[in-house]
Amino acid sequence: MSAATGADADRTTGPVLDIRHLAVTFATDAGDVAAVRDVSLSVAPGEVVAIVGESGSGKTVTARAVLGLLAETASSTGAVLVSGHNVVALSGADLRALRGPDVAMVFQEPSTALNPVYTVGWQIAEGIRAHGKVSRKEARNRAIEALRKVGIPDPEQRVDHYPHQFSGGQKQRVVIASALALNPALIVADEPTTALDVTVQAEILDLLRDLRDTYNTAIVLITHNMGVVADLADRVMVMYHGDVVEEAPVGELFARPRERYTQDLLAAVPHLGRHSASAGMTERDRAGRELLVEADRLSIEFPGRLGAPGFKAVDGVSLSIAAGEVYGLVGESGSGKTTIGRAIAGLNRVTGGSLKVFGYQMHGFHERTFKPLRKEIGFVFQDPAASFNPHLSIGDCVAEPLFVHRQGDAAAIRRRVAELLESVHLPASYAGRFPHELSGGQRQRVSLARALALNPRLLIADEPTSALDVSVQAKVLELFRELQQQLGFAALFISHDLAVVDMLSHWVGVLLRGKLVEEGVGSRVMGDPQHPYTRRLIASLPVPDPEEQARRREALRGAPD
Amino acid sequence: MATSTSAGPVGGSVWGRLPVVSHLRMSVGLQRGMLVAGVVLTAVFLFVAIFAPLLAPYGFAQTSDAAGPFPTQAPPSPQHPWGTTVGGFDVLSRTLWGARTAAAVIVVAVVLSIFAGVVLGLLSGYLGGWLDRVLVVVADAIYAFPSLLLAIVMSIVISHGQSSLWGGIFAAAISITVVFIPQYFRVIRAETIRLKAEPFVESAMVIGASSWRIMGRHIFRNATRTLPLIFTLNASEAVLTLAGLGFLGFGIEPTAAAEWGYDLNRALSDATSGIWWTGIYPGSAIVLTVMGLTLLGESMNDLADPRLRGRRRAKTPRHGTTAAGAAGKDAAA
Repeated sequence: MSAATGADADRTTGPVLDIRHLAVTFATDAGDVAAVRDVSLSVAPGEVVAIVGESGSGKTVTARAVLGLLAETASSTGAVLVSGHNVVALSGADLRALRGPDVAMVFQEPSTALNPVYTVGWQIAEGIRAHGKVSRKEARNRAIEALRKVGIPDPEQRVDHYPHQFSGGQKQRVVIASALALNPALIVADEPTTALDVTVQAEILDLLRDLRDTYNTAIVLITHNMGVVADLADRVMVMYHGDVVEEAPVGELFARPRERYTQDLLAAVPHLGRHSASAGMTERDRAGRELLVEADRLSIEFPGRLGAPGFKAVDGVSLSIAAGEVYGLVGESGSGKTTIGRAIAGLNRVTGGSLKVFGYQMHGFHERTFKPLRKEIGFVFQDPAASFNPHLSIGDCVAEPLFVHRQGDAAAIRRRVAELLESVHLPASYAGRFPHELSGGQRQRVSLARALALNPRLLIADEPTSALDVSVQAKVLELFRELQQQLGFAALFISHDLAVVDMLSHWVGVLLRGKLVEEGVGSRVMGDPQHPYTRRLIASLPVPDPEEQARRREALRGAPD
Repeated sequence: MATSTSAGPVGGSVWGRLPVVSHLRMSVGLQRGMLVAGVVLTAVFLFVAIFAPLLAPYGFAQTSDAAGPFPTQAPPSPQHPWGTTVGGFDVLSRTLWGARTAAAVIVVAVVLSIFAGVVLGLLSGYLGGWLDRVLVVVADAIYAFPSLLLAIVMSIVISHGQSSLWGGIFAAAISITVVFIPQYFRVIRAETIRLKAEPFVESAMVIGASSWRIMGRHIFRNATRTLPLIFTLNASEAVLTLAGLGFLGFGIEPTAAAEWGYDLNRALSDATSGIWWTGIYPGSAIVLTVMGLTLLGESMNDLADPRLRGRRRAKTPRHGTTAAGAAGKDAAA
């Protein structure tokens, strides 16, 4: 196998990856789209290079081109040299020989990257057996070895387990183990931690760092998270619309970004502890204000499958939201934060305790009696692409609540829609457009306009910015803050991102597996966390500053669990 | 990119957004060939169905003209280009008139089943509960029946097996309808259940919109995208069921309307005695019609799915040849 010997020779001398003037064009219904225009990049052994950029910048396409994984509709020119072999020119068996021993890939979503019907050991061994004659037993031993390398406890037993028996973070470890099984010189990691919770993300980043230090593996890291970049990368390449904007060592890029685009990008990244909405507050200021939401030992249980016990998504949570107050609810996936928000809007049923919304008991609520209160509640959903009926114009979407609650005649509604669009900084002429003609950030602003159409006293925002790029997120958050101050509505702001919650919320609650573990003034919770889980959560959050992040990392490693 | 695929074809006019026209625009290569073949065959079928009285030299039940009665089982001749049958009918005229009957059955069957199927599917999928369970069990029970057997039972119930033109058409159409309703029901129900969990439907619920408004305004239009496709595929099945009924003798009487299945049945004994023209022409008509409708439906299915849709290769990006050539040399060195 010439590819393997070539890799060994190159490992000591030249770069493991050398991209020269790569350009990739896709054929689509709307004509040809140039996803990558001109990218050149060289990665030395043991180096971690991060490719950052917003969605559509071509970073993932570049990464997939390294493994020759582009779709059939793509055509590429230029050269991608992996250990001296040009991937662009290779096909079929030659390409397969290269994948594994020379370059491997770690995917974004570990639960879909593993085949659910085979054991993880089988899946790791499959890659080993595809490259050279290896006995079943030998392959199994090497799979166990790979699992041990990535820190899976009891690899001898775990090797025979199926993917669903692992947690999300462990699954990503397994994916990394199968990438490592053939000891490649280069790993391409496409958003390896985006689907994971912050605490798990910190572990995976540690693992990747250890791999680089121990095995001198080069890593190409694709990410949009500047915190992850600051934590792991040696060098950063910033991409925008298929072109390289800037390339610099990580310290230099964060300290002295040269290009305007990079400067704006870094400025838009929310930074924990800066711009806190509750800065200077010491206690909850709610004297004389009406309580809009009161939860008392609230429990929400989802029925289990035949015979299995139900799943308690929310377990004895007591909280309250006063008029005009922004309540930030943070927690990792599965903590029940979204379930609470949905229960307040009547989308989930309350199964225990009490939840009063505007004084209406939601435990055993009836749609008919609750309906009049619905105009007091606005809801902003997570995914702006899916939260609009694709067949209705923007104007119709925003007018929907006005029609349903019969707020005036058609002309009055049209005026109100124009007014609402302007309040979210969109021209009134957008009323005639369709949702797919708007960008993600614009759609989320329309979503905000729709939620505010009836002047609700309570707004529930469920991860409203997590599907958006950082620069767009910054604008939407700014708008949210402005409207909240102007209109004075109360809000339940749900997010997994501590920095975002801190920017907007006066009062913050931290959820862990359905239980509220800590509550307090935003800046106090972020600055001086009391509960060990909150402490770990905050310590795990990578900050977009390499030097500060290195210090925090040391502190986290030293701290007991 | 996600937005451009969901946005559909770029053509802004209503004409450009029509199902078949938009599909034709985005097709390429073999897929385009299949679609064009389907469109042409279907267009010929519809043309013949509409203009049968003008195209056919004789009536469908005509056995004589001014020159006297037609010969029976006569081979093709200038007077009877496709010959005559054992009953003295002109094969060409019967085949052309047959398109009319087939088209009428398709229209009646699909119109009857589409409304019932869509309404039941929406209600069942959105409201759920006991209504959903009962309807699904009924639909499954109908599925379990062989459709032709069911059609025979229905045609006996409706018209006692024999009938006039419209009686026969309705008997065939209604028996086909019974088989088709579960198909539309299933598709719309599945789409409704999927859409029910979509944020835009939930956002309508949060607003306080009534169930009727949500079903009518938000789910219906999004759930019916696949209907043109099922429509064409069902149309071809309707032709086959009608022909099957006719062939088995439960169709329309020859004096009431021309029907390909009946003609094929009568041509059975001719085949052994070397009389080919009575069977080949109605048989080919069935094959070509079904093939045209199926090609149309199948290509629409493939084109509607961005993953199955073929596209022209992208043009080579800018600095193409030089960089690639240099890299090739590097790799070789």
